[in-house]
Amino acid sequence: MTLRKVAGAAAFAALALSSTSSFALTEISWWHAMTDATAERLEKMAADFNASQSDYKVVPVFKGNYTETMTGAVAAFRAKKQPHIVQVFEVGTASMMAAKGAVYPVEQLMKDAGVEFDKSDYLPAVLSYYQSTSGQQLSLPFNSSSPVLWYNKEAFEKAGVEAVPATWNEMKSASEKLVAAGYKCGFSVGWQSWSLIENYSAWHNLPTGTKENGFAGFDTELTIANPAVINHIGKLASWSKDNLFLYAGRRGDGLPTFTNAECGMYINSSAYYGSIKAQAKFEFGQSMLPLDTAVADKPQNSIIGGATLWVLTGHETEEYKGVAKFLKFLSQPELQAWWSQETGYVPITKAAYALSEKQGFYEKNPGTDTAIKQLSLNEPTANSRGLRYGNFVQIRDVINEELEAIWSGTKTSEEGMKAAQERGNKLLRKFERVSGR
Amino acid sequence: MLKRVHFQPSVLPYLLVAPQILVTLVFFLWPAGQALYQSVLIEDAWTGNSEFVWFENFQLLFEDTEYLSVFYRTGYFAGAVALTAMFFSLILAGFADRIVKGSTIYRTLLIWPYAIAPVLAGALFVFMFDPTLGILAYGLKLIGIDWNHKLDGDQAMLLVVIAAAWKQIPYNFLFFLAAMQSIPKSVIEAASIDGAGPIKRFWTIIFPLISPTTFFLLVINVVYAFFDTFGIIHALTDGGPANSTTVLVFKVFKDGFVGLDLGGSAAQSVILMSLVIALTVVQFRFVERKVEY
Amino acid sequence: MIERRPLLSFSSHVIMVIGIIAVALPVWITFVAATHTTERMLVSPLPLLPGTHFWENLKMVLFTQEFLGTTRAPVWLSMTNSLIIALSIAIGKIVISLLSAFAIVYFRFPGRMLFFWMIFITLMLPVEVRILPTFEVVANLGMLDSYWGLTIPLIASATATFMFRQAFLTVPDELLEAARLDGAGPLKFFWDILLPLSRTNIAALFVILFTFGWNQYLWPLLITTKTEMHTVVMSIKQMLEVAEAVPQWNIIMMTSLVAMLPPILVVVLMQRLFVKGLVESEK
Repeated sequence: MTLRKVAGAAAFAALALSSTSSFALTEISWWHAMTDATAERLEKMAADFNASQSDYKVVPVFKGNYTETMTGAVAAFRAKKQPHIVQVFEVGTASMMAAKGAVYPVEQLMKDAGVEFDKSDYLPAVLSYYQSTSGQQLSLPFNSSSPVLWYNKEAFEKAGVEAVPATWNEMKSASEKLVAAGYKCGFSVGWQSWSLIENYSAWHNLPTGTKENGFAGFDTELTIANPAVINHIGKLASWSKDNLFLYAGRRGDGLPTFTNAECGMYINSSAYYGSIKAQAKFEFGQSMLPLDTAVADKPQNSIIGGATLWVLTGHETEEYKGVAKFLKFLSQPELQAWWSQETGYVPITKAAYALSEKQGFYEKNPGTDTAIKQLSLNEPTANSRGLRYGNFVQIRDVINEELEAIWSGTKTSEEGMKAAQERGNKLLRKFERVSGR
Repeated sequence: MLKRVHFQPSVLPYLLVAPQILVTLVFFLWPAGQALYQSVLIEDAWTGNSEFVWFENFQLLFEDTEYLSVFYRTGYFAGAVALTAMFFSLILAGFADRIVKGSTIYRTLLIWPYAIAPVLAGALFVFMFDPTLGILAYGLKLIGIDWNHKLDGDQAMLLVVIAAAWKQIPYNFLFFLAAMQSIPKSVIEAASIDGAGPIKRFWTIIFPLISPTTFFLLVINVVYAFFDTFGIIHALTDGGPANSTTVLVFKVFKDGFVGLDLGGSAAQSVILMSLVIALTVVQFRFVERKVEY
Repeated sequence: MIERRPLLSFSSHVIMVIGIIAVALPVWITFVAATHTTERMLVSPLPLLPGTHFWENLKMVLFTQEFLGTTRAPVWLSMTNSLIIALSIAIGKIVISLLSAFAIVYFRFPGRMLFFWMIFITLMLPVEVRILPTFEVVANLGMLDSYWGLTIPLIASATATFMFRQAFLTVPDELLEAARLDGAGPLKFFWDILLPLSRTNIAALFVILFTFGWNQYLWPLLITTKTEMHTVVMSIKQMLEVAEAVPQWNIIMMTSLVAMLPPILVVVLMQRLFVKGLVESEK
């Protein structure tokens, strides 16, 4: 019985092998974590590429959420079954960088394959997050966004909020008016660590850690328990008592509170554009993140989130040529402009940005360029280029946990942030020991 | 453990156990051995670069107060699930036992949640209790309870306990009902002639007589809560908020699969495996003939 | 029953009905959600009564390949996969466990205790806990993206062996003695006597294991890359994972409804044997 099964398995494996090699096309596997409409567009991109030439076939494979996709790729790499391209979220960047031997830097790939790759074509604020210390491009940004302030125009009118809040003090007064006008809450926030701590720090030109936010070395330490952040989080915690601020979950769970007009405002990724447009039955707008005037006079720039495409080693040279051509294909202005207009992600090249502008998209849809304007507001500093911490997936979990403890009142802002910093540093040290060699 | 009467030794028994031993060796002992080895390493998940650290992973775990609280939490969770599931199924079985006609129909109508995947059960409860959309969360708000299990750890724990108990009620119900139905009618009749009412009969006669089943179910329910509720927690709360629903098995998964901390996760697996082996031995000693799930 | 107490009988029925309603409530809400439009399912308060989009949603779930935008396996295909996997796990596990339990109970041979413990050490550790090392083993054997990889690692568990061992231990020794007097060899004894006696146990185990196999999701997610190998429960977990939008509850709930039907049918249809086998093996 079992012997026959094993024999059957062997036959099956042999069959599978022979059937792949009999394809005339060179297959390129692309693991991604996109769902819904975004996945539809992603698949269209692959299909368009496949139709545009006859040597390569890109096969997109959905592998679960970002974490599952990355862990799937790790497991596959260890077993030498890795895909050519894998989509990794920004917090996985340090782990990917440390995975020497597993990652084929995109810049190197393009050079080896003889495909032109001029970094000056790309938007610096988008690229810089994913460069090595020496400036080599490691991965290609794919779906990048930045948190913005979404607001309900009708709610503002009803509550008598005249101007869109530009500072956190105005956030408070606007929220008070909204609640007084019968709204359940002032605002909710998505991806809180990213919006309220990482971007808050960049926006006010504050470091989140030593060593240039981790860019300059694995021996970095978090500094998120600084007075500005503690004060900011503490303020939000006190607001949540009056429902000025409503905590609705770690990810984008707060979306229905905004689209059902329960909260008048929502701080979250610009990439929620598609969903909000589809679900909100009211006029909405997006605006830049509020400024904390006690911390800075003017905003610096925001940082991106989302994911990039990493190329993994261990495949044939011929296949990498196809990968390079595909990545080049993805960077075309027309494709990028279409992608960003449909999804709310920022275009990754200057040409695509210019094209969208020329097509009048930003004029017709005011506010849709908020994210890109925020990102390129100023030349990024060491504090606003991005962050690069190892084990950042867990560190974000730690931050989420401590923030939840603060929101529910079991810890003060200071206790929570200090605990987050301390626990995060432990994770950084562990990462340094394994990967920092 | 062995029949008094048995067959003579030959090559046959080896052939008979071979398939299972082969599968166990390849798909259980080999990976478990790797986990054992990983537990004394700090390893980079991608490249496999590793450093031998002796028992540092274990040491770190036991220094981590969070890990110790996961132990308490798991115990609390398992106890709560077992008691909730058993309490409600006992009541239902008690009443079903009184019903002469149609008890099979009731059984059919109660049995099927057993078949629902833990992760589906999780999805169902997510949907019902979603703080912004869920219909039950809405209902709770109407009666003045501010339901937000994404923020309130106690509510989150309550939710996973309810979901886990809900799935286990049919199983317990079957056993309780069967145990009650196997009590000889004469015993109960005798009691009722002595003038004992139904409630008194239940507590003084039925309940003591089914105590072996109760004890057996307690073991099964605790084991279930320990190991089979992974899907429910994964879909419902993902261990949050602030780790308030992270139990032992879930933490192994979270640290290893999500956090890619192979050493730390493997060390937890080893601790868990030792626990399981100890429990199994205890079971063989004390509840020899009463185990299965 | 013993005495006539109409009020008590009546209240027994009432309690049972309340219990059934409480148990069924989550599934009722699932059903209701599956009969509405996506838009309706995003407006609080959600409906408690069914809408009119049942067939529309069902058709979409079952046959649309371009489902929610991605080319994922249509549900009929993932249902077929789930069925193959659930059946393979159930049958495979029952067969190997019957054999090994027979060997361990009815033979005395060197190494018996070693084998016994080797099997029983696997008793309770779920696959989630050893998932990454197991993945590596399966990958090294070239079993990714195959039914073999989806099923065999999940067969490695002792529960069924344990149950058969318990059942065999209750079989009277006289039967074996009688069989031996008739000159029956071990295999004949196994086939003619032990197997028929274990019928209800096998039925109960089949139900348990079918459900177990059908309900897997993390393992299939990790080891499959081809959409044509996806299982239905796994696809529901995926639908819940929408990063930058809200879940489409009507579709998710319809898929859940479809996905929970086969194991429920197995449990309900086999309930008599299931209950008997389950409960009797404990005695």
